[in-house]
Amino acid sequence: MTAPTAEIEDQPADWASVRGGIGDRIFSGAALAAGLTILAALAGVFIFLLAKGATGFSKPAGVYGPHAESFLGYVFPLLVGTFTASIIALIIAVPLAFGIALVISHYAPKWLSAPVAFVIDLLAAVPSVVYGLWGAFFLAKKLVPMHDWLHATFGGWPILGALFGEPSTAGRTVLTAGIVLAIMILPIITAITREVFSRTPRLHEEAALALGATRWEMIRMTVFPYSRSGMVSAVMLGLGRALGETMAVTMVLSVGFDLSWNIIAQSSPTSIAANVALKYKERSADLLNVLVATGLVLFLLTFLVNFAARWVIGRSERRMAR
Amino acid sequence: MSKSIDVSDVNIYYGDFLAVQGVNMSIRAGAVTAFIGPSGCGKSTFLRSLNRMHEVIPGARVEGKIVVDGQDLYGPGVDPVAVRRQVGMVFQRPNPFPTMSIYDNVLAGLKLNAGKLKKSEADAVVEKSLRGANLWNEVKDRLNKPGMGLSGGQQQRLCIARAIAVEPQVLLMDEPCSALDPISTSAIEDLIHELKDEFTIVIVTHNMQQAARVSDDTGFFNLKATGEPGHLVEFNPTKKMFANPDDPSTEAYISGRFG
Amino acid sequence: MTTVQEVQERVHIPLVHPRLPRTAPVIVAGIAVALGLLLLVLGMGLVPAVVIAAVAHLVVLPLWSVFVEGRRGATDRMMTGLIWATFLVAVVPLVSLLWRVVAKGAGRIDGTFLSYSFFKTQVDQPVGIYHAIIGTLIITIGAAVISVPVGVMAAIYLVEYGKKNKLAKAITFLVDVMTGIPSIVAGLFAFAVFTLVFGPAYVSGFGGSVALSLLMIPIVVRATEEMLMLVPDDLREAAYALGTPKWKTIVRIVLPTALGGILTGITLATSRVIGETAPLLLIAGATDRTNMNPFDGAMTTLPVLIYGQNLRGDAPAEAIAWGAAFILIIIVMVLNLVARIVGKIFAPKKG
Repeated sequence: MTAPTAEIEDQPADWASVRGGIGDRIFSGAALAAGLTILAALAGVFIFLLAKGATGFSKPAGVYGPHAESFLGYVFPLLVGTFTASIIALIIAVPLAFGIALVISHYAPKWLSAPVAFVIDLLAAVPSVVYGLWGAFFLAKKLVPMHDWLHATFGGWPILGALFGEPSTAGRTVLTAGIVLAIMILPIITAITREVFSRTPRLHEEAALALGATRWEMIRMTVFPYSRSGMVSAVMLGLGRALGETMAVTMVLSVGFDLSWNIIAQSSPTSIAANVALKYKERSADLLNVLVATGLVLFLLTFLVNFAARWVIGRSERRMAR
Repeated sequence: MSKSIDVSDVNIYYGDFLAVQGVNMSIRAGAVTAFIGPSGCGKSTFLRSLNRMHEVIPGARVEGKIVVDGQDLYGPGVDPVAVRRQVGMVFQRPNPFPTMSIYDNVLAGLKLNAGKLKKSEADAVVEKSLRGANLWNEVKDRLNKPGMGLSGGQQQRLCIARAIAVEPQVLLMDEPCSALDPISTSAIEDLIHELKDEFTIVIVTHNMQQAARVSDDTGFFNLKATGEPGHLVEFNPTKKMFANPDDPSTEAYISGRFG
Repeated sequence: MTTVQEVQERVHIPLVHPRLPRTAPVIVAGIAVALGLLLLVLGMGLVPAVVIAAVAHLVVLPLWSVFVEGRRGATDRMMTGLIWATFLVAVVPLVSLLWRVVAKGAGRIDGTFLSYSFFKTQVDQPVGIYHAIIGTLIITIGAAVISVPVGVMAAIYLVEYGKKNKLAKAITFLVDVMTGIPSIVAGLFAFAVFTLVFGPAYVSGFGGSVALSLLMIPIVVRATEEMLMLVPDDLREAAYALGTPKWKTIVRIVLPTALGGILTGITLATSRVIGETAPLLLIAGATDRTNMNPFDGAMTTLPVLIYGQNLRGDAPAEAIAWGAAFILIIIVMVLNLVARIVGKIFAPKKG
């Protein structure tokens, strides 16, 4: 810090000096370039996927076979598979994540909330392929009795019966894949909701308590209304993760091509991401184009979901700032 | 029907730190009692112990007896939720629930206890409470607008309406005017005068003129020295306190020589 | 304003509500555990017995409470129970997974497992995962070499130069969106770029690094951005007041102050991408040999190896998969630990 002052003393003050100016220009130029690189990368993802995948949208019928004849017919079951697994994951993960976020922000005593948060961070640190391994070799088998029980209990019910049809004997079902996905997206939903929960102004919480609210009533009166948009966007970010997650579905699900409501069937349509991972090895140029095209669909889908989630969060931050 | 509060040998802690020591006083029913004193002397902490709000801070606890209507607030089996229902509180900064309308803000406390209210009953409570808080005429045409849209002074009166809607016996006010402009402050002070017929009012204030204007009794809190716990120096009728205090440090504080 | 009757009602309101004894949750938990044990003895499976005991606990306590404390107290107790239960439910898979990995994987680890590759020069040569460990290191370091300069400089642009102009806002928003890019899409991107440029059969470790850096850059940007914003403006102004040019202020004052947090962020970002599988399947391929050259030929990483063994599915392959998973988890945990320690060491001193 003394160097610049020394320089100034050495020579007559030169107000128009450009020495600092050149350094500044190079450095700020590099910083700007890095920022633009990010924009370029994102645009590049779209452009290159389009360049490589454009022909994949309209190949001869044989390329899409044996189960489909057009791109739409090819991608539709995959979309169904993607959404089925993701929605199951959300249904399981969202209530759990909200509960855990409340444990960390409001229920656990101070000394316990950091360890609780650490355990959830550990869940996030486990690589997806290890989840896949665990799901395929361990969880699937363990869930077979639950599949049988679900079918035996709900199989005859009007609406649930359709979901719990003839059960799989191996447990490698879309339900199992959804459960593994749920564990994987739990940390991100928890992280965001716990952040917004703990930002509830203490003043409002105390106002509720001073009116004679119990802890749960206080949370319903102040924490949830205050955090609503944060919770919505956390769910959407979780959905974005679930839609794009590859390995859990690839390794756990036993792939089939029949569209049915049965989420415990022997085999079910796989997801877009898992399909790419399963098929890329057949390095036929035509099929690769089709796979890249499905990847483009997935990219746009997750981009939209994430875009919406960030937009909701941004809007609520502006509203709270006012 | 307001109630008196008898405080004996109260010590208040944050964890191991003794914040307020050895308070004894008798707060009269149907009167306004003001607590004054320099910053950090524990007057707000003591106020919060009167409706068991102190203990919502992790590690905080209270020793001693605080008796309202013959019942010790810290007795065995006492439910803090029930205490807060009987001893209402208004905070330093107005804090209406941001997502609720004016109407719902007033009913917030009542809905917890009564479950479903009939529309006519609810309307009556809202009108009565808002009239009680001198706010009815200003907001009666926009009851369904959010409470955050009001001015600071109106928000604070809305918070008072919310507190009196559950018909507590005691109303605690923690520097209720410190975030308000002089006109809103005088509106709140007028309101305090009217409310004392129905409620025992305890108010913490930084402003000695305000204490002199609104209160019947005054308690002066002070620190023995920095780092020492706060304690009650003197508790007397306000007239006597400001004209002829018993304790020299009270006089020094009131005449502006410190604090 | 108040009617006579109301006044009388308010004369005396008891503060002491009947409440459950303080030990009530423990008592009910004890009964629930006893019930679970009884069901176990009667021959029910472990999982249903635990589930039934847990449900019993969650139902009995509020039921007891509703008779003693009333509806509101019971609701509060029920929600408290449910909310704590969510945490316990989340811990079960974590413990089960870690236990599996350790139980099945730790035994497979020995000197040969870590120092041999899959490539056999003799028939009875033992196999190991050396090639995958090397591949993981090279590809991840490659990703870091690309991501760290771009990410840190972009964050510097956002905080120091952009100052909320339109471009900076757009970049911030797109970085947020980018954190949600599916890893397989990053893989397809790298695959599309390299096969369009170098021909359809191209695979290389460098391609994998490019794909991973697409996932890593947004994490580095966010972490660095957050840390730079924590540096107080006073420090910058003090430096400007001494006549220091802006870039020197950033390099000498701002970056050192934020260094701990930035390093933590980079380490965490590394631990996130080191476990990625899908993009590497597509662009880095898989091989049995140890490949040291990231620009030429397939390179196996630990996650890809685990996936490959999982596909084969026979017993020795499964054992190798668990062993590799064990090593991978250890690497990730060590990185997380290092991140925490670095964060602690470089944390701005208080007071």
